[in-house]
Amino acid sequence: MAITITESAARHVASQLARRGKGIGLRLGVRTSGCSGLAYKLEFADELKPEDVAFEAHGVTVVVDPKSLPYLEGTELDFAREGLNEGFKFRNPNVKDECGCGESFNI
Amino acid sequence: MALMQIAEPDEARAHRPRRRAIGIDLGTTNSLVGTVRDDGIAIVLPDADGRTLVPSIVHYGASGVAAGYDAVAAQTADPQNTIVSVKRLMGRGLSDLADARRFPYRFVDAPGMVRIGTRDGEKSPVEVSADILRALRERAEIALGGPVDAAVVTVPAYFDDAQRQATKDAARLAGLPVLRLLNEPTAAAVAYGLDHGIEGTYAVYDLGGGTFDISILRLTRGVFEVLATNGDSALGGDDFDHRVFCWILEAAKVSPPSPEDTRLLLLRAREAKEMLTGHEAAPIVATLSTGQRIDLSLTAAMFSEITRTLIEKTLAPTRRALRDAGLEPTDLDGVVLVGGATRMREVRRAVAGFFGQAPLTNLNPDEVVALGAAMQANALAGNRGRDDDWLLLDVIPLSLGLETIGGLAEKIVPRNATLPVTRAQDFTTWRDGQTAMAIHVVQGERERVDDCRSLARFELRGIPPMVAGAARIRVTFQVDADGLLSVSAREQETGVEASIAVKPSYGLSDDEIARMLRDSFEHAANDMAARALAEARVEADHVAMATQGALASDGDLLAADERTAIDAALARVRSARDGADAAAVRRAVEDLNRATIEFATRRMDRGVRQALAGRAIDTLA
Repeated sequence: MAITITESAARHVASQLARRGKGIGLRLGVRTSGCSGLAYKLEFADELKPEDVAFEAHGVTVVVDPKSLPYLEGTELDFAREGLNEGFKFRNPNVKDECGCGESFNI
Repeated sequence: MALMQIAEPDEARAHRPRRRAIGIDLGTTNSLVGTVRDDGIAIVLPDADGRTLVPSIVHYGASGVAAGYDAVAAQTADPQNTIVSVKRLMGRGLSDLADARRFPYRFVDAPGMVRIGTRDGEKSPVEVSADILRALRERAEIALGGPVDAAVVTVPAYFDDAQRQATKDAARLAGLPVLRLLNEPTAAAVAYGLDHGIEGTYAVYDLGGGTFDISILRLTRGVFEVLATNGDSALGGDDFDHRVFCWILEAAKVSPPSPEDTRLLLLRAREAKEMLTGHEAAPIVATLSTGQRIDLSLTAAMFSEITRTLIEKTLAPTRRALRDAGLEPTDLDGVVLVGGATRMREVRRAVAGFFGQAPLTNLNPDEVVALGAAMQANALAGNRGRDDDWLLLDVIPLSLGLETIGGLAEKIVPRNATLPVTRAQDFTTWRDGQTAMAIHVVQGERERVDDCRSLARFELRGIPPMVAGAARIRVTFQVDADGLLSVSAREQETGVEASIAVKPSYGLSDDEIARMLRDSFEHAANDMAARALAEARVEADHVAMATQGALASDGDLLAADERTAIDAALARVRSARDGADAAAVRRAVEDLNRATIEFATRRMDRGVRQALAGRAIDTLA
């Protein structure tokens, strides 16, 4: 098991990284917050810390800190369009429920 | 779930406005103020005339207080009301001052610290220093275009607590928000970027106008430790001027000169000394009040010869400092020169010869302490980006948080947060009518409180009784630049408050910190399971409590067999809750939920009926 990223998400990450002009990839993580316990973190990664775990998918490096990894095992990051909105979506098999606002989730 | 966009790492910091941060070198003879410009370059702030130094002189005149250059002239005209070298008096009682008679002041003995009688009344050294600092603050505010947000003031490494406290008080009195006092040699090392190294041992050789200090510093993982200090409080650049002055008298066969001629010749002596830093010879030309004309040439070789004993006088304390530190001259990784007098080639040669390596000299030795203080102030104020190297001293080694229901640690201040830092989070009550909240402050990376280190406990009392979840309790963690943590809790509705102060790094060695960190990585999966179990238990307790309450108030709505089924489900929740299987707990809770659906509907109906009972139809719009 690992963390995967769909081809369309990878395409968007790569183009955003190129536009930004720096960064080694994408950092995924979880932090305790929101109304339901945990929230996702989605950031550009500027450096690989020694404890980080890195995944390669469709030419994009995805970096995860070891504390977040168990919460994200098996997660697929997708890029989706919902009406006028488009953005990234976590498909996380570990999630038990989400709060109403979709900001945070529980495992 | 909501669609997300990729965020900049640490976006919050990027949007924070820059804070006006200054570093102050509060010297015995001269003081300076520095800042770090937007482009990251540290500079010393000049006055309108381009002068960077502020003479550490305060004059209490008939028409008011003057500090700096404005007070220089009064030094000879009104010596009793013109305070110089006040730094020597900081935190000192009259009995501490062996050389009290050397000062022309009317000293008044006072408990704790000596006071000086002036036209403006009795002044403590703290007040006099505050007047100097006020002049520096005003200079900074003009240059930076607004009030100073953060200041670092330097003190000699050998200053004791009383002297440091006096310095801090003076800065407060001058309206400066002091984030930290910094040792002068450490500031010099910071200015040279030595704090970016991993570790090393450095000597800071500080020859100022009237004092000589030598400090041996050891850098270990970003923290400077002062291993030894030594010096001579009556040796400085002025003594070199005096040697040249004596040489002039001898070479030109001048009979004892008048005070005016003395001042003139001392000035010429100083000019010659300064010229010799870049030339092989310096002319000394003057016409005395007696009509005698002096026309001499001082060669570099002669200068070296007449000042050799002075140089030698600096090396004796240097040897002592090294011996105290248990080091040989060649053990050092670098030597930093501080103080205008270290521009002399003789000093540089002597230092290079003594330590067997060329000293660091590329920064202005007058400014290097103020520059380092400015860099430190800038870092402490949080103006540096995440890409920069931080002094490890100034980050939290392990996360700080508190215990929440179920024995879970909720992190409030994350590991590696830069100091000073303030973070707040809202919590609520868990039980109906709960009037107190126990706050357990913990440190560590693990999910469960039992695996973290307990720092402190306190209670917030006097929360007004409300239904569970209605109270809003803001818990604020604040860690100051010295690593002191204070935690406060405040109920937002009533304003009741409780707080505690703790020293978060107390008693934790570097090894322990490293082990706690490693553990948190290795146990990530266990921690997640523990978190799941704890959360399931919280949920189980919650449902059980709610069911219990409902049975007590509305148990009559149930038939006997329905009641038996619910009681059985409740018992299963309770026994599963005490087991270690999170999934089993969750299943039992779901079973109980299912068993009570019908009961809940009936209770709702009854609730609605009761709410409507006795009301006229027309009030129900």
